[in-house]
Amino acid sequence: MATTENLQNYELMLVFTPVLAEEDYKGAQKKFADLLTELGSKIVHQNAWGLRSLSYPVQKKTTGLYWVVEYQAPADVNAKLEIQMNRDETIMRHMVTRLDKYAVEYNAKKRNKHSELETATN
Amino acid sequence: MAKQNEIKFLTSTRIEKRQKKYCRFKKMGIRYIDYKDGEFLKKFLNDQGKMLPRRITGNSLKFQRKVAQAIKKARQMALLPYVTDLLK
Repeated sequence: MATTENLQNYELMLVFTPVLAEEDYKGAQKKFADLLTELGSKIVHQNAWGLRSLSYPVQKKTTGLYWVVEYQAPADVNAKLEIQMNRDETIMRHMVTRLDKYAVEYNAKKRNKHSELETATN
Repeated sequence: MAKQNEIKFLTSTRIEKRQKKYCRFKKMGIRYIDYKDGEFLKKFLNDQGKMLPRRITGNSLKFQRKVAQAIKKARQMALLPYVTDLLK
């Protein structure tokens, strides 16, 4: 992987169909995480929200399994990712957003606050 | 004819001063509006799920656009409804 090209920060959000069992859900997460690293991106953070109710029915389903990944990647990764995601029928919705520096800072701060909260509670 | 200062009105003539609207993002120094937290974005939607205009939210142009983008992304990912009734 050429280290010279600059790595952009992206955030991918996936909504899987609720039909997936727990381990399928984890398997799908792992599949995409491996796909990302294989394509030469570096995963910063994964966050599985799990089952959540959708605010409007998508593909006749009212709930979905959400999964959010923050990663750094060269620019051409997303196009390849897009093909894979469109081919996979367990994915109802997917969205890749580009994070500017304030967004990265926001996510980092939120994660620290979250982890502090956890350490405080247990 | 009654002199000017003797005229009494039922209600006080002094209209209460409307509080100056301010852009909450500039004041609180928020730089990024996250499309993932629907609760915060709901403040900018009316109870039908439609976006509130700038004259109501009081946002500056730059942040009203960021809020609009975030709301549209949240709607795409089914975090916020496109149209509903009694959202709040």
